[in-house]
Amino acid sequence: MTPQDLRAMANRIRRRDLQAVYEAGAGHIGGEMSVIDILTALYFDVLNVDPGNPLDPDRDRFVLSKGHTACALYVTLAEKGFIPKEEISTFLKPHSRLNGHPNRTKVPGVETNTGPLGHGLPVAVGMAAAAKLSNAAWQTYVVTGDGEMQEGSNWEAIMAAKQFKLDNLTLIIDHNRLQQGAKLAETNDIAPIAPKLEAFGWAVQEIDGHDMDQILKALSPETVVPGKPRGIIAHTHKGNGISFMSDNVAWHHKVPNAEQYKQAMAELEEAAQ
Amino acid sequence: MNAVTEAVKLHDCRDAFTATLEAMAADDPRIVAVCNDSVGSSKLNQFRDRFPDRLVNVGIAEQNMIGVSAGLANGGKIPFVCGAACFLTGRGLEQIKADIAYSDANVKLVGISAGMAYGELGPTHHSTEDFAWIRAIPNIAVVAPCDNIETAAAIAFAAEYTGPIFLRLSRVGVPQLLPDDHRFELGKADTLRNGSDVTIIANGVLTHRALDAAELLAARGIEARVLNMATVRPIDEAAIVSAAEETGAILTCEEHTTFGGLGSAVAEVVVDMAPVPMKRLGVPGIFPPTGSENFLLDEFGMSPDGIAEAAARLMQRKA
Repeated sequence: MTPQDLRAMANRIRRRDLQAVYEAGAGHIGGEMSVIDILTALYFDVLNVDPGNPLDPDRDRFVLSKGHTACALYVTLAEKGFIPKEEISTFLKPHSRLNGHPNRTKVPGVETNTGPLGHGLPVAVGMAAAAKLSNAAWQTYVVTGDGEMQEGSNWEAIMAAKQFKLDNLTLIIDHNRLQQGAKLAETNDIAPIAPKLEAFGWAVQEIDGHDMDQILKALSPETVVPGKPRGIIAHTHKGNGISFMSDNVAWHHKVPNAEQYKQAMAELEEAAQ
Repeated sequence: MNAVTEAVKLHDCRDAFTATLEAMAADDPRIVAVCNDSVGSSKLNQFRDRFPDRLVNVGIAEQNMIGVSAGLANGGKIPFVCGAACFLTGRGLEQIKADIAYSDANVKLVGISAGMAYGELGPTHHSTEDFAWIRAIPNIAVVAPCDNIETAAAIAFAAEYTGPIFLRLSRVGVPQLLPDDHRFELGKADTLRNGSDVTIIANGVLTHRALDAAELLAARGIEARVLNMATVRPIDEAAIVSAAEETGAILTCEEHTTFGGLGSAVAEVVVDMAPVPMKRLGVPGIFPPTGSENFLLDEFGMSPDGIAEAAARLMQRKA
């Protein structure tokens, strides 16, 4: 896909995500809008994954550690062909396999069950270590939230990744500066994050996490530094693409009413033109 | 105890664990060991020397250790995660739930020096809640072998078995109880002694004490059945129901709090399927005082004499 195609895909995923959250009456729309450009770049440009063979031993691994934004992952997996697109309408419905956090035993394409924060990065370190042990070429990618980096388990994993020289591991931090109820800066301000990762021996880049060209460049093989895990601080906006949600902490898991839904959809449709 | 017991060779089950792990690793490149700095206390020195790349030491970081093991399993490895049982289970409990059990990761957790094996180091280092914690989580087996033979057999089983399993080992010496050719079967208790007056169910370091207690009871004319119930989950319901119906009373002994462990698991089956009088011996819901493991087990009524006495008293409640 061209960057232009990827932008169109991200817009389509945003619209389907918005509709799903609206119809389900629940979801984490703010963090979904902030991570969708990254998910789109990964699934439609970077990841070597095959919906026809989701457990191929040589596939790339992707872990969405911020599991509460599962709806965005489901929509992306559906667009990629891992699950039927029609199934998105079952999101959060009784007995749907699409619950509020992704489950690898039920949803093809999901690698590990996330939801409690601070779990995805340690698991991704294990994946990358397994590839190294096997001399395998497949890559591991993990997306965390920025508030999530307050979890100590992430820093345990960050130390281990450097010790194990996991240059086949890429961590993307969705740095939208807002956590559930307040700004990161007002809660436990771990920003600036980049120097902290660098201090732990990682190769770090900072990008605009909504600029598709910057995302693709950051994820390209040329930015890998041998012997160092790769960290990408993606500066994003919670609720990105919808004016009244953008950078507004109220929209962590708020659900739009009919009028708000109409306006939000109109804005996304206009951006699609 | 008596002169016969003193002559019996005692085995550190960690030796059986590492010998089996090394033998399997030599045949199967998927097998890796994961630890939290605990190379020495898990007796992994020789494994490290033989398979240096396949010892994944994450440092003192138990949450990461469990997460990393889930990732290794995703990448096609068979990780044996070794660490002091108290930290491995308590510190990594949410990772065990979400990354291992719920994610159905093919990870083998090996809790070393479980129960009160650390004795005088005190309750911070005791692991007397792990049966209850892990047993409450779906999709993970819980096993406490009773001797060197069962340890080796259970480790070999774990490597063949696809799915999460928690193995609970001690460092305190135990006599060999099972024959050399014993095969481990998950969820299946072993009848180590037949009897029809009362049943004593135990596992781990309590099994040999239960057998000694049965000998003391036999001298008093009481024939006790002794079941070695290494698997706490899935529990052997059939063996428990048979014991209830055929002996009319069940005594459980465990190196664990009486809240939620082996005794509780047995009691759940008894209450639901075959109600008979029961008594549960274990750590009585307190932080133990200073003392060695063997001292504390005696202190909590689990010397052979104490177990025999509890069984005799329990029999008085039989209908």
